[in-house]
Amino acid sequence: MKINVYVTLKPGVLDPQGKAIHHALASLGFAGIDDVRAGRFIELEVANDTSDDDLDAMCRKLLANTVIENYRIERG
Amino acid sequence: MKSAVIVFPGSNCDRDMAVAIRDISGSAPAMVWHGESALPDGLDFIAIPGGFSYGDYLRSGAMAARSPVMRAVVDAAARGVAVLGVCNGFQVLTETGLLPGALMRNAGLNFVCRDVALSVENTQSVFTSNYRAGEQIVLPVAHHDGNYFADDATLDRLEGEGRVALRYAGGDANGRVNGSARDIAGLLNDAGNVLGLMPHPERAIEAAHGGSDGRRLFEGVFAGLSVAA
Repeated sequence: MKINVYVTLKPGVLDPQGKAIHHALASLGFAGIDDVRAGRFIELEVANDTSDDDLDAMCRKLLANTVIENYRIERG
Repeated sequence: MKSAVIVFPGSNCDRDMAVAIRDISGSAPAMVWHGESALPDGLDFIAIPGGFSYGDYLRSGAMAARSPVMRAVVDAAARGVAVLGVCNGFQVLTETGLLPGALMRNAGLNFVCRDVALSVENTQSVFTSNYRAGEQIVLPVAHHDGNYFADDATLDRLEGEGRVALRYAGGDANGRVNGSARDIAGLLNDAGNVLGLMPHPERAIEAAHGGSDGRRLFEGVFAGLSVAA
């Protein structure tokens, strides 16, 4: 079973990489962009009986740093 | 004095750290590979060196923090062994949870590699007892992810408990170093036996390095440990 994990910076945490991407898009002539935030996308291939609790623990213990990041788990 | 330097794949300040420990304490540290699940017996001091452990994969320090040897380091810290994490070592300490907060990409996105002025905020710890309160010292930094972050409530608590050991000093002609919350450069755990800092004291132990302010950190630690022993 395929699992998609989206790791994003928490609201309010400064994202210098997002700002740099924003700046680069603007310099390419793309106008009207209010904000850019960069995150991380992780694909897992797991056994079909993997529990939600286990997936959540994977995110909490390693895939995301919950001090600064949120995560969202999507079953593919 | 019995010490160890933890070595991960991608560590690159481990030998500088070993030289500093050997020259200043008079005894060479054990070099402990990341795959070890146990540390040498009777350690007084553990150093987690700078570098790019595991290629900074996922997040700086994230993979190293989950390596077998770090479980033993966490246990040793709980027993009161002095643990010093420098640069990537500081990142590893936050990722293990031995220190609160996180070290993010520098606010200016640049890798910052230069000498910085620091003020010593807490001289009560075994690491900082050899400095005067409020004293300004100079140490080199070399990092991409040194931008300390914690939420305001955590920052207030850390300040209230005197756990900010070092701060990037104001008035630096080059402006803020990396965007760190409240200019935090070095942080202690609640028991005071774990210090993480972004600057490199092991790169400032003799005049030929351009300064020796880092030497006093090691001298203070080793003097304190021999008194305790």
